[in-house]
Parts: sequence; C-alpha cells; structure tokens
Amino acid sequence: MIITKGITKAYGGTVVVDDVSIALPTRGITSIIGPNGAGKSTMLSIISRLLGMDAGTVTVDGMDVTKTPGDVLARRLSILRQDNHMSARLTVADLVAFGRYPYSKGRLTVEDKRHIDEAIAYLNLEDLRGRFLDELSGGQRQRAFVAMVLCQDTDYVLLDEPLNNLDMKHAMGMMKLMRRAANELGKTVVLVLHDINFASWYSDYIVAMKDGKVVNHGSTEDIINPDALRAIYDMNINVHEIGGQRISLFYD
Amino acid sequence: MLRLPLAAAAVFALAIVSLFVGVSDVSIASLVSGGEDGRAMMVLLISRIPRTLAIVLAGMGLAIAGMIMQMLARNRFVEPSTAGTTESAGLGLLVVLVFFPDMPLIGKMIVAAVFALAGTALFLRILREIPLRSVLLVPLVGIMLGGIISSITTFFAYRFELLQSLGSWTTGDFSSVLSGRYELLWIAAALTGAAWLAADRFTVAGMGEDFTTNLGLNYRRVMTLGLGIVSLVSATVVVTVGSIPFLGLIVPNVVSMLMGDNMRRAIPWIALLGAGFVLVCDIVGRLIRYPYEIPIGTVVGVVGSAIFLYLLLRREARYG
Repeated sequence: MIITKGITKAYGGTVVVDDVSIALPTRGITSIIGPNGAGKSTMLSIISRLLGMDAGTVTVDGMDVTKTPGDVLARRLSILRQDNHMSARLTVADLVAFGRYPYSKGRLTVEDKRHIDEAIAYLNLEDLRGRFLDELSGGQRQRAFVAMVLCQDTDYVLLDEPLNNLDMKHAMGMMKLMRRAANELGKTVVLVLHDINFASWYSDYIVAMKDGKVVNHGSTEDIINPDALRAIYDMNINVHEIGGQRISLFYD
Repeated sequence: MLRLPLAAAAVFALAIVSLFVGVSDVSIASLVSGGEDGRAMMVLLISRIPRTLAIVLAGMGLAIAGMIMQMLARNRFVEPSTAGTTESAGLGLLVVLVFFPDMPLIGKMIVAAVFALAGTALFLRILREIPLRSVLLVPLVGIMLGGIISSITTFFAYRFELLQSLGSWTTGDFSSVLSGRYELLWIAAALTGAAWLAADRFTVAGMGEDFTTNLGLNYRRVMTLGLGIVSLVSATVVVTVGSIPFLGLIVPNVVSMLMGDNMRRAIPWIALLGAGFVLVCDIVGRLIRYPYEIPIGTVVGVVGSAIFLYLLLRREARYG
C-alpha cells in the first residue's frame, strides 16, 4: 500500500501540493484526476521519489521512499513521467531491456530475456524491436516507454498521463492493457488522467485533486456524479449511464 | 560482431604505418641491418613507439571523454573543448607554473584535473540554471565559458611571461612526445576501461535523471563518476600533448549514427575510431609539408570543424 502523510511541496511562495495525506488502495487501477495545476503530477513524482518534498512522508509497503535504497525501491515501484525527451539513441529492445537494470545491473539472465520478450509482446512492439526511438511516432515511443516500465515488473506502476500522444485506438488499448496488468498480474496501477471518461470507465478508485489538495476520493460512483465533479472542476457536468458505465458530457 | 576485430586490425595497421613515418630513416631494412650504430632502433624505441602509443591512448581517451560528456549533459554537441573542461585544465597548469614551477608532471596533471572538474561542474551548473530551448545553445554556452576561462589564463600568462609555455598546451602536438614523457596517458587508457565497465550506468544517465532514479541508480553518483573520468582524461591529455579539439565530438556522433547509444556496444567502437582518427590526422600532418610537421591540434581542428558543421546542419535538418 502507498501511504502519504502530510506531503507538502512549494515552489517559491506557491504551494503545489498542500498537506496531502492519503492511502492508495492496493491492486487495481487508481486514477488521479483534477484541473490543470492541481498538483497531480507533482504528487506522483513525490510518491515515486523523483522529487523531494518539503514536509511529510511517503511509504510503499512500509518502506520510506526517501530512505529506501534506490534499487530496492526500483524492484517494487516504477514510474513513467509524461514528455520524455530522450537524447540517447536507443533501440526499442535496448530500452525495454533497461527495465531489467534493477535486477541484473546490465548482465541479462534468461529470466530477464523472458521478461523483455513478454513486455515487447504485451505492447505489440515485435515489429519495432530493432528500431531506434527517434525513428518512431509519438505513440509508438510512448508504448515503448510503457513496455520498459512493465518489464521492470514492479508491484506498483505509476504513470503520469500515459494517454498523451495516443490516438483513440491506442489510448483505449493502453487502458485495456492497464486493466489486464491489474487483473492478470495483480499490479497496483496509479495513473494521472485528464480524460474523466477514461478514468470512469477503467478505474477502481479515483482520487480528485484541486489546488494542491485531495478534495475527494472513493469509488467511481462516489466521484463521477454531477455534484462531486462540480466541486472539482467548477463546471456543470452531466453524467449518463450507458451500458452500466458512467459517461460524463461536458460540451456546451 | 566480427566487424570489431576487423576495425581493431585496421587501427593496428595504421599504428604500424605511423611508426615508419618521419624524417629520420626508420624502415624494416635499417632496423635489421642495425646500420649507424643501431640509430634506427633507438629512434623507434625512444621516439616513434612512444609517439604512436601517445596518439592511440589520447585518441581513445578523448573520444570516450566526449561520449561521457554527451550522455551526462544529454546533448550531442558537447565535449571537453566545448564545455570549458580543456580550458580549465589549462588554467590549472598555469597556476602550477606560477606558484609551484618545480612540481613533477603527475602533480601538474592532478592540479589540472581538479581545475577541469571544477570548470565542467560549473558548466553543468550553468546549464541547470538556464533552461535552454535549443540543443545548439548548449555548446555555445560551453564555448563562451571556455573563452572566458582561457582569456583569464592568457591574461595571467602574459603578466607572468608564460605565454610560450601556455602555447604547448593549447595546441595539441605529438612531435615532442618521447619515451618518459607520455606515460601519464596510460591513466587515460585505464579510465577508458573503467568507462567500459560502467557503460550501462552512462547509458541510463543519458536517459535523464527521472529514468535513472526510476531504475534505482543514484543520478548524482553517476554524474560524479562521469565527471571524474572526463576531467582526468582531459587533464592527462592536455598535460602530455596539449588540447585536441572536436575529437570527442565527432567520434561519438559518428558511432551514435551508425549503431546508437547503447554504451556497452558503442564504447569499443568509440575507442577504436578515436584512435584511428587521430592516427590518420597525425600521419597527414606529418606528410603534408614533409619534412616539416603540422601540429595535430591544427589538423584535427580543420578536419573536425568541417565534420562538426556537417553534423550540426544535418541534425538541424532532421529535428529543426
């Protein structure tokens, strides 16, 4: 379980994450939603120790992320941020193989190779194995990054806006994949999402943030309803039930 | 993988050619006959072999140093001479000359390495402070920083009448390499080996701080290791043969284009190509105005700046 206690982060005088204490459920998909500047990505970065915090603690299965050795945590939790500019020229297969670094430190075992092949197959990248990342489209590159993170084979997978750069088909494919990873492999997937319909359709649990604070959290039913959404986004959002799923309409 | 031994054989052949180029008559025949009291053998042992070894070691070391710089700065266009590293090493040497002129070569090298480290760290610090939008601005900042440092060096060298000694470090030159005056370069060779052992770390660092942390590596520690290797290599080369510009830029870029940036695969190629490139430039420099010599720094500078321009324009065309 990921537990944050009073995490706070400020840039200059602006508080971006403000005293957030929350426990994210284990297994299944948890989505973090909220308007721009709510502190979603910052919180994800703090949880995954990419960013230091000014106050508070984060524990993953009881391990304090700021004190646990990097490679120990890297076998338990993986993180992919958005907008990954990679200047190193690597092939897809090389990139995915580096997902095994926390285990084998570069000397790949048979077990590592199996994980690499599986991750590549999971994201349908077989045909692109030998291609360099700078020769791929934005969506293909995003899938390669996700393959690397899955290859890391951690209980917790944190993804910051994984649907960026993806068209509808691949966005849906990505979310289905996360669903499979959660169901079949028993992973805990934490996503920052902008599209509340994707969040509604695929999440088990939703955390809503606004102005650096967690303003609401609970099951999809608790969050995806007009009253709760108005409090989060300051706008009227109609929620319809279609095929047993809640779909929000916010076009005016 | 058969191509690697072939490349190694080609570099070896170039090294053999390099042994037999020069004013003094050294040929297989003169070596065998031992004429003129074994003079040919003496020239070979005291001058030619050290010179060729120096070329190979410096070429390998600088190419690897350039590669590490590029991975750490995450920019294709930095290398020790476009990041203030070389100039800082020169400033360090001047400080030694002014305050401790009798210090042995190894001491000079260490002081130069410390200055190189500080200068490179300053460069990376500046990069952190200024968010640069264009990849081309990064080397420009480095070149400016290098310009400032070397102008300070020149000013004090002028004041202390040391301009002439300074000249021997600012322009790389292998003609003064003799047995007993190049052995420090073996340090550069050892560091190349160390870089190969740590190859995966540098590839990971080249993916950026977030990826490095995610994979459980301490980014700061990888940076420190890389900077240490770059500074020591630059300092040993500047102390023994002087600065050789562009080398660390061209070789890793060519290898990256051909086979990508997975360092475990790329490092042997970068080392071989670095050695081969300097060997060719040195042979050209010795033949073009025979029996006179054009310093290696000049030859590499001319050839290198042309290739550098080509790389710049090509990259811009692709990503611009």
